This record gives sequence, C-alpha cells and structure tokens, in this order.
Amino acid sequence: MADEAEMDIGQGEAKSVVSTEPQPGELVKRHRISTRLWHWTNAIAIIVLLMSGLSIFNAHPRLYWGSYGANPDTPWLEIGGEGTRGYLQIGETQITTTGVLGRWREPDGDTSTRAFPSWATIPGYYSLAMGRLWHFFFAWIFVLSGLAYWAWSFGNRHVQRDLTPKRKELSLKHIWHDISQHARLRFPTGAAALNYNILQKLSYLIVLFVLLPLIVLTGLTMSPTMDAAWPWLLDLFGGRQSARSIHFIVAFLIGVFIVVHLVMVVLAGPFNEIRSMITGKFRLPKEREPKLAPPETPAEETA
Amino acid sequence: MAIITTRRKLIAGLGSSVLLAGCDSWSRSDRVKNILSSAEGLTMRAQRLVTDRNALAREFTMDDLSPSFRANGSRTADTAAGVDYQALLANNFADYRLEVDGLVSRPLSLSLADLRAMPSRTQITRHDCVEGWSAIGQWTGTPLSRVLDLAGLRDSANYIVFHCADTYGSQDRPYYESIDLVDAFHPQTILAYDMNGGAVPERHGAPIRARIERQLGYKHAKFVMRLEAVDSLDEIYGGKGGYWEDNGDYAWYAGV
Repeated sequence: MADEAEMDIGQGEAKSVVSTEPQPGELVKRHRISTRLWHWTNAIAIIVLLMSGLSIFNAHPRLYWGSYGANPDTPWLEIGGEGTRGYLQIGETQITTTGVLGRWREPDGDTSTRAFPSWATIPGYYSLAMGRLWHFFFAWIFVLSGLAYWAWSFGNRHVQRDLTPKRKELSLKHIWHDISQHARLRFPTGAAALNYNILQKLSYLIVLFVLLPLIVLTGLTMSPTMDAAWPWLLDLFGGRQSARSIHFIVAFLIGVFIVVHLVMVVLAGPFNEIRSMITGKFRLPKEREPKLAPPETPAEETA
Repeated sequence: MAIITTRRKLIAGLGSSVLLAGCDSWSRSDRVKNILSSAEGLTMRAQRLVTDRNALAREFTMDDLSPSFRANGSRTADTAAGVDYQALLANNFADYRLEVDGLVSRPLSLSLADLRAMPSRTQITRHDCVEGWSAIGQWTGTPLSRVLDLAGLRDSANYIVFHCADTYGSQDRPYYESIDLVDAFHPQTILAYDMNGGAVPERHGAPIRARIERQLGYKHAKFVMRLEAVDSLDEIYGGKGGYWEDNGDYAWYAGV
C-alpha cells in the first residue's frame, strides 16, 4: 500500500490513480520493521555514546589539530574554569559559560570545575573508566546495528527508492521552495506526506553516509592498535589529535541533527510521528485549515 | 501548544532523569560493569584479527617531536618492588638491576650497562594517554624479545608482568602492568633507557620505561625493576593485570 503510494506521488500523475491513493486522514503503513528496529536501537546507542563521550572528553577538555597535543601545547578548543568563572575558548575567542560548562553546581550543591556538567554525562559522576566502558559497549551496538541497517536498506531498496533525491528535486528552485515551506511550517499533507521531501532526504543521507561513517572512522583513528593496522586512517584525518577533534565536531553535528529532528517531530504532530516509528502506522495529515495559509500564497503551492 | 510543551517536558524530564539515575546506579553495579566490560574481549579479538602481529605503530621524525613531553602518573618512585629507588637515583642507577624471573629457564639480573650492551632499537612514536592527549617522543632501548630470549621463556608462560618501583594512589599501592606474548615479542616493545637523546628522565620513569606502542599510556610501565613471566594474572596483586585495572575499572587490553 505504502509502496504504491510512493510510486504514484510526486510524478505529476496523481490524478490518474486517485482512486488507489490513500486519502488524508487514512491510517497507512509508513515505516518498515528494519527502519523501526534500527531507529530505536540506534537512538539508545547514540544517546549513550554522546553522553559517555562527554564523560571521556571531561578527562582532557582540550582539542588540538595534528598528531600530538597535550597540556604544554596550544588547543583550538578548550573548556575550563578560572577563578569563579567557567569558559569555552575557541581560538582566540572566550565565552563565559559559568553554570553550564567549566564551572557548575553538582546536584548535591558542590561546585565542580569539570567541563561538561553531570546532567550531560554518563555516568553523572566523574569516571573516565566507566565512561569508556559505556562508550565502547554501545559503540559495538551502534556499529553492528548500523552496518546491518545499511545492508538491509540497500537490499530492500529503501535507500535507492525513498532516500535518493530525484533529479528535479535537486534543482535550487525546488530546494528553495522546500526551505521556504519549512520556514513557514507548512508541511506536506495527504499522500504527499508519505514521501520524504528533499530536505529530509539530504539530512538523512548526510547523517547515514557522512556523519555516521566519519564518527566511526575518527573513533578508530584514536585507537593506537588501529593506527598500526590501518595507518591510512592517520593520513585521512591528519593525525590522531585531528581525528579526536573531528570526532567531537561530528558528535556535535549529530547532536544538532537530533535536536532539529525532535523539533520537527513535535511540529509535525508527535503522536502520529512517534506511533509511525513504533507501530509503523501513520495517519495521513489532513489538508491545512484555510486560516493557516497566508492569504497571498498561491493555491497551487499546496502540495 | 501548552499541553504539548508540558507533555514534552514531562517525557524529556522523566526520560533523562530515569536514564541518568539508571546509568549512575548501573555504573556502580558489578553486574552491569561485567556486561559493559564484555566488549573489551570483543574489541581485543576484533583488533587482533585485523592487525598483523608485527604491524608497527607509526614512526615519526625528529621534526615531529612534541616540544614538551607531558609527564603523567608517578613523577618519582619509592620502595615498591623491594628497592630503594631514591638511593638508586642518587647513585645514577649504577646499582640498578633488572630482575627477570618467573617462568624462565635462566633468571637474569641485568645492569643498565648489560642492557645498553645488547642490541637496541630507536623509535619516534606517539604516546597516547587514556585521557585523550598525545605526545611524540624518541625512545631507545633493548627489545623485550631479546631479554626474554636470553632468559629462555618457558612454554607455560603467557604474560610478562612489569613490577615498578613506584606506588600510586592514596593507599600507596605498587604500580605494575602486564602484557601478553603478542605484545611482548612485538618489534617495537622495548625497555627504553633513552628518551629524546638523553637518559630517560626521572619523571618519565628512569632508568627503564616499557614502551608498548600499540596500547595506551598506562600500559607503558615506568621505573621497571623486575620482569616476571607468568601463566596467569590471577595471583598477581588484584588479579586484573595492572594497577589501573585493579583499582580503577580500566581495561587490561588498552588498544583503544
């Protein structure tokens, strides 16, 4: 059912097959079991990895470029405490972050001068060893489930059919149109909501095939044994400390993706969206109420 | 909207506090620790599978040296491993002996001159601390394989234990470390007596510091006084193969 709809929508031929097209308000199949299983496994793994990663970062809250970098060397990013103030320094720019980074209050009221506060780390108390245990256990879950999802999603053509942009979607005009629709919080309704729009496709492709591989490879580059096994990793990222910096930046970008993703879920209707990722069933959004459409918007823009 | 915000806050608040409280109490539970630690064996087997036994850590040039090599852990030593380190240091290690015993055919007692007279290896490598920082230094020393061959390692030996002269932590427990024979016979595993062109400084583990180039810094034992060949680590101190392994939940296999 979903497949039929996906084939028919967006081709400009919707009128001829209107009888088979799912109608707004109808409950339809949305996400495959492979996508749903991976989504939640990966969501847990990523959250534990991000938070335990911050625990590990707290052991040495400085980032460098190149092969080496330690306390006597100059970092490009540092989170620290000075006097009664916490700060984030990037290059020459220093921002006061007291209360959040570098100097903050622990749940029991004591002041801590660790970089990231306890609510952001796993474990919530400082333990590099435990942070590493959580990180490497969930790294295996993340990598193995990610590889399985990759293989499965190429195999069942989810990537090729649902995520790969069509040629006409890649025109700047189309992308700009999608951005302006998003900016006005005008999301596709009816059967059109079954297809990923170009911004979703590009975001998911970038996460799946750029950010996730990058974070795994830069993670491996921090391993002295992997550097002996695969020395090309060091050349690819410009040294172990550069790899550590890139690992942190990519983790930040994944965090940004998660925030945007959650905001979009809330804006698009959290119950329907979350249900579709649990049961697979999605209720097609109804046409927008007229009052939501700005009067000057031409009618044909409504997809 | 208000309902959504409240629901979101409720879910987020509940979710994060349950997660955090859960992770903290789990982090203190031995059963959870054991489950999480099970990944260490997987990591070690996977890394050994893709890494040639003799694959070398990258070697650098003199131009790549860290301008200042950070010292970490013990900066000096005392009387662990049955020696008077300060007396040895005062005498410039003229009375130093490296004891080699355990499961060997010929126990050895080697002076620094003995070690320096043996074949040596010089390597400029990157030292990676478990905390995340790295420093590049030049190390010269006797390949551990040469010493083990001289002592005649018995077939029953599975691990080499490094006994150190320093103690660590508030309870002054002796520092020690251990490696298996794959790393013991690796060409870059050396008993370093020189660093950056001079004798290994006190803060870096004089007179002998182990270099285990494919593992993290805490495996590179400083102030090495004695090598012991053993079949099992169970009976050595806390039984987990090293100071940090016994006292801090750190992994014995520190290849990552």
